[in-house]
Amino acid sequence: MSDLYLVYKNLTRKKLRFFLTFFAIFIAFLMFGALTAFDSALNAGVELSADNRLISVNKINFTQPLPISYVRKVQTVEGIEAVAQFNWFGGYYKEPRQQVMTFAVDPATLLAVYGDDIAIDEERYDNWQKNQQGILVGKAVADLYGWKVGDRIPLHSNIFSKQDGSSSWAFDIEGIYTAKYPQADTNSVYIHYKYFNETQSFGGNFIGWMGIKTLDPKLNEQVIKAIDDMFANTPFETETVPEKAFNQSFIAQLGNIGLILSSVVFASFFIILVIVGFSMALAIRERTNEIGVMKTLGFSSLRIFKMVLMESFMLIFLGGIAGLFTATYFLGFLNNAPQFPLPDLILSNDIILKAVAIMVFLGLITGIIPAVNALRLNIITALSRR
Amino acid sequence: MTDKILYDLRGVSKEFVKGKEKITIFDNLNMSIKEGEFLAIMGPSGSGKTTLLNLLGGVDKPTSGEIWFNGSRVDNLSESQLAKWRAGNIGFIFQFYNLMPMLNAERNVELPLLLTNLSSKQRKERVAAAMELVGLSDRAKHMTSEMSGGQQQRVAIARAIVSDPKLILCDEPTGDLDRKTADEILSMLQLLNRDFGKTILMVTHDPSAATYAKRTLHLDKGEFVEKELTT
Ligand SMILES: Nc1ncnc2c1ncn2[C@@H]1O[C@H](COP(=O)(O)OP(=O)(O)O)[C@@H](O)[C@H]1O
Ligand SMILES: [Mg+2]
Repeated sequence: MSDLYLVYKNLTRKKLRFFLTFFAIFIAFLMFGALTAFDSALNAGVELSADNRLISVNKINFTQPLPISYVRKVQTVEGIEAVAQFNWFGGYYKEPRQQVMTFAVDPATLLAVYGDDIAIDEERYDNWQKNQQGILVGKAVADLYGWKVGDRIPLHSNIFSKQDGSSSWAFDIEGIYTAKYPQADTNSVYIHYKYFNETQSFGGNFIGWMGIKTLDPKLNEQVIKAIDDMFANTPFETETVPEKAFNQSFIAQLGNIGLILSSVVFASFFIILVIVGFSMALAIRERTNEIGVMKTLGFSSLRIFKMVLMESFMLIFLGGIAGLFTATYFLGFLNNAPQFPLPDLILSNDIILKAVAIMVFLGLITGIIPAVNALRLNIITALSRR
Repeated sequence: MTDKILYDLRGVSKEFVKGKEKITIFDNLNMSIKEGEFLAIMGPSGSGKTTLLNLLGGVDKPTSGEIWFNGSRVDNLSESQLAKWRAGNIGFIFQFYNLMPMLNAERNVELPLLLTNLSSKQRKERVAAAMELVGLSDRAKHMTSEMSGGQQQRVAIARAIVSDPKLILCDEPTGDLDRKTADEILSMLQLLNRDFGKTILMVTHDPSAATYAKRTLHLDKGEFVEKELTT
């Protein structure tokens, strides 16, 4: 027998009370784990966006087009390593609800700008580059629809139609790319701009936006100014911003999810504080006589103080660790679910560290008052109060 | 019984302040207790028996005067020094057993051994010996809440002797028991005194309980009236 055993026995002597407080803590940390991972996945685009990448869009707003000639012009700006171009295709597979994030790009420049995110076999990339009807597919999409290299698949557009009137394009899957780091996105597919531009009936030679890689983040400001100045006072003025800022403003349009999540989490921890603090105080009050007896037998007040504090820590850590474990399983389940629209949800070390810090804080706050009461408890008073 | 003095109370006074009122329980009390005694302290309810036991056990302090134990003064020790001193020298037996409800019988008995640095093997042996002595070896794993009052008090006795203290302090140890069970418990205390050399101080208001002791002191209005019994 050890002090820890005594603490455990004290904690679990009232089964229902133990279970209810444990469960409340469990739920709070499950929510914390899941919601924080969700929030960090949402922000992954921002956090992980490279510092040396810019986005250049039409100044009116980013759904307005830019002339294709801009790509070549921007390439001449000093401080630029590569320029990629994008057209939003508005693609879906067989039915409109089977949305596929499809971009028409120039294979010659895509990897030059996004090679840090996209992992793909060189030979496959070459094959894709050579086949104008080829398509490069993200692993998440390929898994979702069971696509393999060599398949010929149809994609429809809900924006464009072909010159023959149909809205269905056929593509050969030439490669499936994966992510170079866990939270990078593999939900997109890439088709040839040339094929798209020549077959669609909408009026050609326009692109949606440009993705630009600079030689050094320090040059960003200078490059942004050079690009936007170059097209000032033309019918298609540009607005160039760092990729991070662009992603941030994009997420901001979804509302302040981070704030909502942290309010929910904060509220749940506050409830824990009240419930556990109250039940600990009650438990120690009920044990007044026993604490008096322990002190009479020769247990020092400090030792009893520690045991009470250990009890609240044990409760919070049991519930908290169980909650985090369950969150891990839950997130793994979500990540494997088909049609899950976000990059992988991960309980990063950062989140776990935060959770442990919260556990320590909660353990301390809920235990300290009963522990001090137990410390101060006078033997005579304790034993006469029965 | 040896002639060595275990306890020496010198001019001990104890007052309580209740509101504006000052209650004097003892005023200049002097007494000594020898090693190996089995002393019964009797007196009507409210006469200060429990207060005296609290003073002797170092859980309460005299208002003035000195308490000496085994040749050293104890009334001026700090709270934590007193806790250590109690753990090493005194076994306590209470009227209502005061066992820990979440622990089984043998774990209750083991409790004071957490205050020693005995190995877990040594502890097991000590606990087994104490359980054997009180005749509860076959109930070691039972929860004390499922035991009769007499059995619970025997567990409490085992807990009081497990760390082998010189002295056992009992406050109304039979106050909650029927006559027959009380006699069993008292015989057990007698055995501990006679065969194991424990000094026993027992507070009681039951005259027949006092007959088990070697000496009885009557406490009345803060004074002792000594009555030597045949030994
Ligand atoms: N902590 C205390 N505060 C005030 N009065 C007390 C306290 N403890 C005991 N007393 C009083 O001291 C007297 C003796 O009490 P006690 O020693 O418990 O008597 P006994 O054990 O002989 O019945 C009683 O009048 C009691 O009310
Ligand atoms: Mg009393």
